[in-house]
Amino acid sequence: MIKIKNLHANIDGKEILKGINLEVKAGEVHAIMGPNGSGKSTLSSVLAGREEFEVTEGSVEFDGKDLLDLAPEDRAREGLFLAFQYPVEIPGVSNINFLKTAINETRAYKGIEPISAKEFLAMVKDKSALVELDAKLANRSVNEGFSGGEKKRNEIFQMAMLNPKLSILDETDSGLDIDALRIVANGVNKLKSPNNATIVITHYQRLLDYIVPDFVHVLYNGKIVKSGGKELALELEEKGYDWIKNELKVESEK
Amino acid sequence: MTTAELTKKDTFLATFSALQFNEDSYFKGLRNDAKNELNELDFPTSKTEYWKYTRLGKIVNNTYTLGQPEKIDVSNFLIPNLDAQVLVIVNGHVVADFTSVDGVTVTSLSAAKKQNIGGLKKYFNTLSQNKKEIFLAFNNAFHTDGIYIEVAKNKIVEKPFHIINITTGNNTISQSRNLVVANVGSQVKIIESFVNVGGEKNFNNHVSEFVVAENAVLEYNKIQDKKETNFSIATEQIYQEANSNFTINTATFNGALVRNNLTIEVDASNCETNLNGLYLGKNKDHIDNHTVVDHKKPHCNSNEVYKGILDDESTGVFNGKVFVRQDAQITNAFQQNNNILLTDNAAAYSKPELEIYADDVKCSHGSTTGQIDEEAIFYLQSRGISKKGALKLMINAFAKDALEKVSIEALHTYVDNKIEQELS
Ligand SMILES: Nc1ncnc2c1ncn2[C@@H]1O[C@H](COP(=O)(O)OP(=O)(O)O)[C@@H](O)[C@H]1O
Ligand SMILES: [Mg+2]
Repeated sequence: MIKIKNLHANIDGKEILKGINLEVKAGEVHAIMGPNGSGKSTLSSVLAGREEFEVTEGSVEFDGKDLLDLAPEDRAREGLFLAFQYPVEIPGVSNINFLKTAINETRAYKGIEPISAKEFLAMVKDKSALVELDAKLANRSVNEGFSGGEKKRNEIFQMAMLNPKLSILDETDSGLDIDALRIVANGVNKLKSPNNATIVITHYQRLLDYIVPDFVHVLYNGKIVKSGGKELALELEEKGYDWIKNELKVESEK
Repeated sequence: MTTAELTKKDTFLATFSALQFNEDSYFKGLRNDAKNELNELDFPTSKTEYWKYTRLGKIVNNTYTLGQPEKIDVSNFLIPNLDAQVLVIVNGHVVADFTSVDGVTVTSLSAAKKQNIGGLKKYFNTLSQNKKEIFLAFNNAFHTDGIYIEVAKNKIVEKPFHIINITTGNNTISQSRNLVVANVGSQVKIIESFVNVGGEKNFNNHVSEFVVAENAVLEYNKIQDKKETNFSIATEQIYQEANSNFTINTATFNGALVRNNLTIEVDASNCETNLNGLYLGKNKDHIDNHTVVDHKKPHCNSNEVYKGILDDESTGVFNGKVFVRQDAQITNAFQQNNNILLTDNAAAYSKPELEIYADDVKCSHGSTTGQIDEEAIFYLQSRGISKKGALKLMINAFAKDALEKVSIEALHTYVDNKIEQELS
C-alpha cells in the first residue's frame, strides 16, 4: 500500500527526517512509537503534503503512485487520511458541509456522480454513531469549541466518512480518558478491512491494547531505530525510551 | 485653500451650470441654499480627516460631461427569481413612468416635485442639514432625478422595489437622488443596484434620504457592482422615529473608487437599526465605508457588521462612528469590522469609534485584519478539498454574518452566487 524509502525532510533548513524506511501492506496495522520531538508528526505531515516541509531525499510510493508528486487534496482523494495530532478549529465552516464538499470533490476526481442528500445523511447518522459523536457536534463549525476528546472523535468520524485506504492516526489517544479511548479504538477497529491499512502513532502502549498492531516501530531522532512485533510496545512501556537511547549509544560506541 | 482646488470646483460648477430645472420656487430655493453652501466648501485634501484614506484625485482631476437620459435594456441586471417592481435610473434621469400600487406612491422625484406630492416637502432635503459635505452640497444643488417612494400609513408592501441605477459613457457625471418615506406602521423592502453599461471613468454622486416613521420597517439593500474604472460616492441619510426598524445591507463587488457615507439618526425610543456590509476588492479597487449611527433617545439597539475581502492591490477603508447621546440610556450598540487580506499588496484601514455620553449603555466595537488561516486551508485540503475550494469555504464562512440580515431570499441567493463568481 505504501512504500517509504530513505525519506529525508527539512524544515527551515533543519533536517528532521533522516532516512525513513517503512512498508505497510493492505490489511496491516503498524504502530510508530517514539519520544517527543523524534519526528512522528513530521512524518505524517510530509505524507499528507504539508508544504512547509521540504523533502530532500527519498521516495514514497502509495498504491503504485508517486505520493510526493501529488497535491495534498489529491493524496486524500487517492485514499490517504491523516487524523491530526492537533485538529484545526475552523469557525463558520460547518463540519457536515465541508465533509460533503470533501466527499463530492473526491467523487468528482474519480468520475463518480455526487452523493445524494439521502445517502449522505444516512452515512452521517451511521458514522457518527460509530464514534458516539453527538449529532449536534456533527452540525457545528469544524472543531470549534470542541473538547480535546471531541476533536479526536471528530477526526475518526471524518475518517469513517471518507473511507480511506491508509489512515495515519497521529497521537489520537493523547488526552483521552479511558472511555473515549475505547470509543476511538473501537471505531478504528470497526473500519479495519483486508483492503485498508492503519499507521497508529502514539507514545503510550495503552492504545495498543485496543488497536493491536502487527508491527511496532520506534522512531527516534528522525530514523526508525527498531522494529518488531506487538511485544516491542510492551517492552518499551516497561523499559522506557531511555532503553532505546542507551542501546543506540552502546551501538555507536562499538 | 489653494488655487488649484478652487479651479477644480469651478470646473465642476461650470459642468453643472448647463442644467435647467423647471421647479417651483421652494425647490429652487433649496438648490440656491446649497449653491451658497458650495461657496464655502472645497474638495477634501489629504489633510481632511474625514477623507484621510481616500484620495479623490482620480475623481476631481477628471473632466466630465453631463450624463444623458437613455433607454437601456436592464435584463442583465435583474435578480433571478425575484418578483419585484423594477425602477430604472439612467445617468441620474428617470426615463419611464411608473405605476403606483395601492397604498404606495412611486414616481420620479422630478414628477413628485411638480405635483407637490404628500410628504415630499415635509422631508425632502431636510435630513442632516448641519452636515457640511461638498458632495452632498453638489447633489443638493444640482441633482437631476431619481425615485420617490412613499408608503402610506400601515401599508405593508409585499413586493420589493428594485431600483437599477445605471451610468453609461466615458467621463460622464451624474447625480441621482432618491427619497423614501415609510409612513407610520408601514413596511417596505428596497433593492438598489448601482451598475454601469460600458464607459470608463464615469462618476455618480448619489444621495438617498429615508424616513422611517413610527413603527415602520424599512429594509434597503444596496448592490454596488460597477465594472471597469468607474467612481461612486453615495450619501445615505436616514431618520428613524419611535419603534421603527431600519436595515441597510451594502454589498460592494466592484468599483475603482467607491465611497459610502451613511448617517443614521435614531431620534426616538425603541428603535432597531442594522447596518451591515460586505466588500470584495480586486485589482486596484478602493472601497470606503463611512458610517454614523447617532443614538439620541433611550432603549434602542444598533448592530453593525462590515466585512472586507481584499485581493490583489485593493484597499478597504472602514470608519464607523457610534454616538450615544446623554439622553440615550439603555442603548445597545454593537459594531464590528473584519478584513481578510488575500495578498501582501492589499490593505485595510479600519477605525471603529464609539462616543458615549450616557452611562447606562452596552456598547462594543472591534476590528480585525488578517490573512486566511493557512493551517485551516491545509486541514481542508487533507480531506480532499482543492485549495480553491478550501479558500471558498473559508471566505463564505467569514462573509456569512455580514449579509445575514438580507431578508429577500432571491437576493440572498444572488449575492451568494456573486461572491462565488467574484472569487473564482
Ligand atoms: N514547524 C516547525 N518548525 C520548526 N521546527 C519544527 C516544526 N515542526 C516540528 N519541528 C521540529 O521537528 C522535530 C520533530 O517534531 P515532531 O515531528 O512534531 O515530533 P513528534 O511528533 O515526534 O513529537 C522537533 O525538534 C520539532 O521542534
Ligand atoms: Mg507529534
